[in-house]
Amino acid sequence: MTAFINGAGNISPQKTWDNRYFLEEITGFGSNSLCCAEPGDYEKFIDPKLLRRMSRIIRMSYTAARICLEDAGLEMPDAIITGSGMGCLEDTEKFLNSIYQNDEKLLPPTPFIQSTHNTIGAQLALMLQCTNYNLTYSQRGASFENALTDAMMLLNEPNFRNILVGAFDEMTPNQMILYNRLHFYKDEPVNNLNLFKSGTPGTIAGEGNAFFILGSEKKEQSYAIFRDVAVFNDPPDVNFVIGKIHEFLASNHNSAADVDLCLAGYNGDAGQDKNYNLIFSKIFRKTTLAGFKHLCGEYHTASAFAVWLAANILKRNRIPEAVQLTPVRTGLIKNILIYNQYRNRNHSLILLSSCA
Amino acid sequence: MPQKVFITGCGMISAIGDSFKETEKSVHAGKSGIGAITLLETGNRNQLVAGEIKHTDVALAEMAGISFTPGLTRTALLGIIAAKEALQQSQVKDTGTLALISGTTVGGMVATEKYYNDFLTNDTKNDFIESHDCGDSTERIAGFFGMKGYLSTINTACSSSANAIMLATRLIKSGRIQRAIAGGVDALSKFTLNGFNTLMIIDPNPCKPFDENRNGLNLGEGAAFLVLESEDVIGKKEFFCEISGYGNANDAYHQTALSPDGRGAFLSMRAALEKARLDSGEIDYINAHGTATQNNDLSEGIAIERLFGSKIPFVSSTKPMTGHLLGAAGAVEAVISIIAMKNGCVPANLNFTSKMKELGFSPVTEMVRNVEIRHIMSNSFGFGGNNTTLIFSKA
Repeated sequence: MTAFINGAGNISPQKTWDNRYFLEEITGFGSNSLCCAEPGDYEKFIDPKLLRRMSRIIRMSYTAARICLEDAGLEMPDAIITGSGMGCLEDTEKFLNSIYQNDEKLLPPTPFIQSTHNTIGAQLALMLQCTNYNLTYSQRGASFENALTDAMMLLNEPNFRNILVGAFDEMTPNQMILYNRLHFYKDEPVNNLNLFKSGTPGTIAGEGNAFFILGSEKKEQSYAIFRDVAVFNDPPDVNFVIGKIHEFLASNHNSAADVDLCLAGYNGDAGQDKNYNLIFSKIFRKTTLAGFKHLCGEYHTASAFAVWLAANILKRNRIPEAVQLTPVRTGLIKNILIYNQYRNRNHSLILLSSCA
Repeated sequence: MPQKVFITGCGMISAIGDSFKETEKSVHAGKSGIGAITLLETGNRNQLVAGEIKHTDVALAEMAGISFTPGLTRTALLGIIAAKEALQQSQVKDTGTLALISGTTVGGMVATEKYYNDFLTNDTKNDFIESHDCGDSTERIAGFFGMKGYLSTINTACSSSANAIMLATRLIKSGRIQRAIAGGVDALSKFTLNGFNTLMIIDPNPCKPFDENRNGLNLGEGAAFLVLESEDVIGKKEFFCEISGYGNANDAYHQTALSPDGRGAFLSMRAALEKARLDSGEIDYINAHGTATQNNDLSEGIAIERLFGSKIPFVSSTKPMTGHLLGAAGAVEAVISIIAMKNGCVPANLNFTSKMKELGFSPVTEMVRNVEIRHIMSNSFGFGGNNTTLIFSKA
């Protein structure tokens, strides 16, 4: 079974919601937290009555999914699968705060209702009146990958042809305080566009909402072939990772030499980025390297931004200058490998190929 | 043909027992674990009852055989205890390649809600900051047993662990894996207790599923895990039963309420029957979701009548025993279903006195013994209209 990416919708810290454009304009941030650029015309996508009740992450994800469905020209997906590391954080915090402040009395129910991780999948089902399969994964840095694996399995089961699969995570001021306490982020402010040159410990915060249609049929508007996804956790050393990359490519009848572009999860943390360099120096000779977390920041489902990036690169056969880490060495981009890791715990590999 | 999937071990801890054996005894005795809240620090102690496990976190750590360190949550501890028993029962040797699929909704919130002010203002509880997310307990269980296989956490509210069992079954049937441990865990928390209370769906007294005068749910806590193995690798090992059917559908009606005609429930039950290639008449027992809220029992009851017509099998909700374990409910009720099949009995739906006027059937009020139970249907419905049905069959 071959799977195709037949639609995409992305609301991220870059202006990515309009599928006519592809990173022609890059947004720089002065702070260590990259915040989503939201479309100004939500009314086009959401009933104003609904919009008022929605938290920021719900309205962003809901809209990204609608853009994706429109892009694919699809009215009813056969399944809705989402992944999120932290779920609907703002609503969770709101309800938690109300417990503290009101001493467990007379609490507003809406934040509790909307705090569930599957709220977005459910809201989409409600909007589309879609009674089909609906699942939500939350496995830290493998949440989106879990969703992709399920989508691929479904496409091999009867009656599933078009799967809406997406990822969302939001950053909040409180979560920023918590993660700063753990020194996840850089002590000094960096400009995200210079992230990879920082040479200091820590990364920058990010967030995003990216949805895709994975279909079993190639369409005129198809972005790419979705080949495979794999996850491994807590690798003992870089050689283990190298072995996993070779194994993953071989299981897909490819080798490192077939990879034209590798999108890597460099996040500006000097220690973690050194590992990426070490791994790639031993695997790739002719492969172009590109980064993406300077554009979207670090979060549990940042690999969804990378899939959006890869899908667009393959469809347009163009690697935006802003993501290139090494010179482009090939005219035709055929295969893209995404290698990402979250806090050196959850590592994932995703392989996409061009439809051409 | 896809592989058949068998259950070769199960483990459970809840308010009605620390182990499979204790649970079995309690089910036979029709014992309820619902009572006063004495461990969870909440202002609701005098108003509400729950299915609380009467062991402190330190005592649970001792039971789990793990040294109690900061960052370790009650959720992770309960999960380790149930997983340990399931692994022992199945005698799986190589846990290194075992896949682990868990469902949870509370996750590390049980610690976050205690320490959130510290999180925001000082460094004393930093170890718990990273324990907050749903993936934490799953990774800790995997770490404890050295599991390096496929790892996944599902959070679809109250159907989470039923979906975890469904996913593990599909992973095996697809040929991707051969063995998995699947289930779920949720600890009692102030967050969920207050959440359901603001929705006014908690009965301050023991809950009465499918009763005309039902008045809401009681929360519970605990964990249950099943070891699933494909027919290719099971060999001559003894097993409890087969997972023959599963179905997930969305009610697409309301974020927290189920449709009056039980649309999603009907679809998930029908999908599971189709997957199992069974006629509705072949189901011997339905372990209902039966939360005892006005809305759930009516919606589920109507869906059951639509699907089963005049031939309604034995129906009971075991939530008056365990309470509603939210993300762990599906796995806990899978274990209770296994107990029913193993012993040829139907667990009682406690606290029932009067039939709902909208329904033509009543649940089983006294344990039915010495019956042949070949096929059991187990329902789990969650917020966001997430409806899942599993079918367990004698092989």
